[in-house]
Amino acid sequence: MHKFLIHNQGDHVGVATSPIQSGEKVTGVYMDTDEKVDVTSHGDIPLGHKIAVADLAEGESVIKYLVTIGETTASLSKGDYVHTHNIKTKRW
Amino acid sequence: MMDQQLYGYRRENGKVGIRNHVIILPVDDISNAACESVAQQIKGTLPLPHAYGRLQYGADLDLHFRTMIGTGSNPNVAAVIVIGIEDNWTKTIVDGIAETGKPVTGFSIEGYGDLETVRRASWKAKEYVQWASELQKEPVELKDLTVSIKCGESDTTTGLGSCPTVSQAVNRLVDAGATVFFGETSELTGGENLIADRMATPELKERFMAVYNDYINEIESQAVDLLGSQPTQGNIKGGLSTIEEKALGNIAKTGDKEVIGVLEPAEMPSNGNGLYFMDTSSAAAECITLMAAGGAVVHFFPTGQGNIIGNPIEPVVKVTANPDTAETMSEHIDVDVKGLLSREINLPQAGDQLMECLQRTVNGRLTSAEALGHQEFVMTKLYRSA
Repeated sequence: MHKFLIHNQGDHVGVATSPIQSGEKVTGVYMDTDEKVDVTSHGDIPLGHKIAVADLAEGESVIKYLVTIGETTASLSKGDYVHTHNIKTKRW
Repeated sequence: MMDQQLYGYRRENGKVGIRNHVIILPVDDISNAACESVAQQIKGTLPLPHAYGRLQYGADLDLHFRTMIGTGSNPNVAAVIVIGIEDNWTKTIVDGIAETGKPVTGFSIEGYGDLETVRRASWKAKEYVQWASELQKEPVELKDLTVSIKCGESDTTTGLGSCPTVSQAVNRLVDAGATVFFGETSELTGGENLIADRMATPELKERFMAVYNDYINEIESQAVDLLGSQPTQGNIKGGLSTIEEKALGNIAKTGDKEVIGVLEPAEMPSNGNGLYFMDTSSAAAECITLMAAGGAVVHFFPTGQGNIIGNPIEPVVKVTANPDTAETMSEHIDVDVKGLLSREINLPQAGDQLMECLQRTVNGRLTSAEALGHQEFVMTKLYRSA
């Protein structure tokens, strides 16, 4: 059973559809292609919160829905918990 | 599923409503008490108290009148009593509502006092409510409906589930010839170009971008950014990290049809049936009040963390895909599509669920917000009074 969903192939983040524990190996599903991806989580991720499915350097654009949703304020590794502590808006 | 007949109230001007309210509408804040007194006397009437209507001017006064007249003109309203402190502005609102052909009478308090005004208005309200109680619903079609959409207490599950569910319904409604409003100007930030690209003509695209930029410039002119309020604390708790992420989830409910008009707040559409953008606040009660004043008779409200909003004249249908909210706040939820997150249902099936709920709501089933008594009527005010 998947524990997170990713909107589109090419997105950098997925969304937990069940709570994920740190160190847990979890499966995600790409909603546009039904393809699966396995990731080991680096944090406790509540339902609805994001998990990285790509490695990103600090200051890079973060893609979700195939669109930029902000930029990293720290480097990110696949499996990291992604939220306001490591990404921010590009608008203000 | 939609082979079952819809029934609605066809009003004097041909517009179709799904509720049959007799409202007692105050022109201004100080007339609230008289309106509420009339509603206590005459059962089945609905007072709509609000905070404004004195010493407003310019565009702010125009919006006040447009909202008042639009509320009274909404097809969910059978008849209207208007009460104001003086007769001039009262008459402006009565005359505006009278253009629909529905029964409307105004009363001004100056020269009479509250008690005499309440006595006279109550006689008329009794006449209206008994008349309205005998109106019959008749067969109507989807194309007769105006539906509004706006989400709230959004989280990432709204973008995954409840907003795409509404999108399914929006596409089906527009295909059937209905009219749909979306708005929330500031919450398009990060995806405003996606909406601009869906405008039917270059002129509409230009107008949309002007409206959008005006709103954002107004926010920025206050020398603030929206960090801390956009996304809201509830949004952040639900996993949304940035305004762009929130906007993309928001836009996920608007379907993929072209947008045939850009409406002022509370403006009634005049470009035929189809999908319209209305320039509104993103605060739920203000937004739905404006959309109801534009003529919307039923509202789809996707929520993630659990917004509880209702409206006195426009039934609000709540949709959630968040399994926690569906359980902990189930009394507020009309359509539970959490199966989208577990992938037990697909989007067309979720769309079917929402369309079935629409049909039942049109035909008289009270929404959760109606049953719980949520009647948030909130006027939008543009600036300080004179």
